[in-house]
Amino acid sequence: MTERPDHTAELENLVGSAAGPPQLAPHAVNEAMIRHWVEAMGDTNAAYVSNEAAQALGLAGVIAPPTMLQAWIMRGLRATVEVEAARASGRPAGDTATDRMMTLLDDEGFTSVVATNCDQSYARPLVLGDRVVVSSVIEAVSSVKKTGLGTGRFITTRLDFAAVSAQTVGSDPDPTEIFGRGEPVATMRFRILKFAPAAVAQHKGAQTLVAESIPPALRPRPAITQDIAYFFEGARQHKLLIQRCAACGTLRHPPLPACGLCRSFAWDTIEASGRGEVFSFVVVHHPQVPGFEYPLPIGLIELEEGTRIVADLIGVEGSEVRVGMPVMVEFIEYDEELTLPAFRPRPEGAT
Amino acid sequence: MSGDAFAGKVAIAGIGATEFSKASGRSELHLATEAVDAALRDAGIEPAEVQGMVTYSADSNPDIDIARALGIGDLTFFSRVHYGGGAALGVMVQASLAVASGVADVVVVYRAFNERSGNRFGAGVQNRPVVATAENAQFAWYSPQGFLTPASWAAMFAQRYMHATGATSDALGWVAVADRKHAATNPNAWFYEKPITMDDYRDSRWIVEPLRLLDCCQETDGGQAIVVTSVERARDLPNPPAVVRAAAQGSWHGQDMMTSYYRDDMSHLPEMGLVARQLFATAGIGPADIQTAVLYDAFTPFVLFTIEEFGWCGWGEAKDFVANGNIEMGGSLPINTHGGQLGEGYLHGVNGIAEAVRQVRGTGVNQVAGVEHVVVTAGTGVPTSGMILGVDR
Repeated sequence: MTERPDHTAELENLVGSAAGPPQLAPHAVNEAMIRHWVEAMGDTNAAYVSNEAAQALGLAGVIAPPTMLQAWIMRGLRATVEVEAARASGRPAGDTATDRMMTLLDDEGFTSVVATNCDQSYARPLVLGDRVVVSSVIEAVSSVKKTGLGTGRFITTRLDFAAVSAQTVGSDPDPTEIFGRGEPVATMRFRILKFAPAAVAQHKGAQTLVAESIPPALRPRPAITQDIAYFFEGARQHKLLIQRCAACGTLRHPPLPACGLCRSFAWDTIEASGRGEVFSFVVVHHPQVPGFEYPLPIGLIELEEGTRIVADLIGVEGSEVRVGMPVMVEFIEYDEELTLPAFRPRPEGAT
Repeated sequence: MSGDAFAGKVAIAGIGATEFSKASGRSELHLATEAVDAALRDAGIEPAEVQGMVTYSADSNPDIDIARALGIGDLTFFSRVHYGGGAALGVMVQASLAVASGVADVVVVYRAFNERSGNRFGAGVQNRPVVATAENAQFAWYSPQGFLTPASWAAMFAQRYMHATGATSDALGWVAVADRKHAATNPNAWFYEKPITMDDYRDSRWIVEPLRLLDCCQETDGGQAIVVTSVERARDLPNPPAVVRAAAQGSWHGQDMMTSYYRDDMSHLPEMGLVARQLFATAGIGPADIQTAVLYDAFTPFVLFTIEEFGWCGWGEAKDFVANGNIEMGGSLPINTHGGQLGEGYLHGVNGIAEAVRQVRGTGVNQVAGVEHVVVTAGTGVPTSGMILGVDR
């Protein structure tokens, strides 16, 4: 049996941390969502749909079903699928304490999850026009337990719900600020078991299916001004272009509208040979952003023409890159819009 | 020399801050207002006397909102300084010029943000809107390549510096160990009572090679404010004046924002050298006259560059200078006695000004003996700034 990594200390460090920044409900408490919910649940209590019925009970008007609490802050199908796909591909979905905790638990082999308990307590009913905001704290992480489902850890998260009048929420709301001034409405303790599944292969198959249903993320787009457009147009034609002062011949990269040596605004470009050396480099591990594969080696390449350029290093592990390593350009078409130069190690003296 | 207009004529009379946390639970404007309120109380100056306000162009909190919130009245001077943490002492240049020239008698400098629970700098520029301004176009050379974060931009400098000087990862580790040692005895530090060992450093995970997690500053929610006035006025106030002996900004040939990779050499920080030369010339002192320094430590490698640019050792020698406790309490140059931005909190350098003030007042939690002059430096790899604070003589 292989050794299971033990992240007990790191997990215990996360206890007491905010699970993530406060989350604001996408919508105010509203009649339409209440109606969908009570119909789906088969709840026939008229106080949830009729002002008259609610007033007969001494309420001011319709209230939301208390156990609907969590529905108001759910992120929706698309975001949920994206998070699952990110996790399935081994990328952390983000860098909240919850994301870090889930990554640690996945690494321990506890890749499956089942909800075990949900306890809610209410300070007051939610009413139409309330905007809900929730702040979460990781309250407990258990030691490794053997359960009927498999070996794993129990995680308890406490969610503190508050509400403000939706009318006081602007167009670019700050959930932290809103939570700070919100009226406490409910608390929820949510307990899950993260465990090592019995049938691993079957489970991984299911995750892959989720990942494949989402188009791959694109790399960030460059912001292109008139000063720099030539470079990206050149790249689409698989040409590595360097800006040249038309007056004094000085090469410059990154490009500028005028020459710092002779003040000429006139310029053209030359096509670089594509040969260069690694002047410096990094290997990116974190944060991991959709559109890239990690660890990601990136070089500062000194071209044989003398200018330098930052570009991805390909065909080489981060641990193999060295300052001074000879490299050669290749062009990679990432999508219909974006083609970029990247550099691959070349044998010394090769052209 | 640029600082002669105000050097020795103005002083810091008050400092104030919120707690430094990971989730403040209140707005950035609330933090800024709290910090300014606390700094004015520390100074013993009424809000109505404030005539000038200065912050970073990166700050989201309008000076006029803070002014309305605190009953600050007519403002005759308001100014903002660009380039992220490089503004940390640029704001002091602005405030000092305004006070010395008589444009404003009392100027408040502030910086506040929810940099952990809100917009995290560590996430980098991945979500930057693609509007074709010159500042966004700069990232065209980096973000499509996945070169997205301040840690990665600093790492590119670190790799070349280590190649050129022979500095090893342990040299960076000494900076982290010193900061965390000092934070461990600072109750206001996030990492209070949590020192690290060199083994902890070596075991910490990669963020962007050659930088580890423990090479990177925190992300912090909080606010910090500084009250600047004339030395004469400060002498009548409750706290001993922390006199501005010199403050200066610097941007060098071939300057970029975090990515000055196109100069002949990448193992110096010439804009910091420009700042250091101005500071020492204006103050009329040299590196040996500094008892302690607050050196901008968003990422450990630039602390080594800064030590060399200020002349506390020669180029390439910082790797030895920082070793074996020399930059810790009891060493020849204790740095970041509050714990720095790795240990206390990342307030974009302004909490470092407050620590320099405490060292001059003699009230630091890790107080260096016999302090006459303290150097404070600003963000590295960007157009930057620095200051020498001194005791009143």
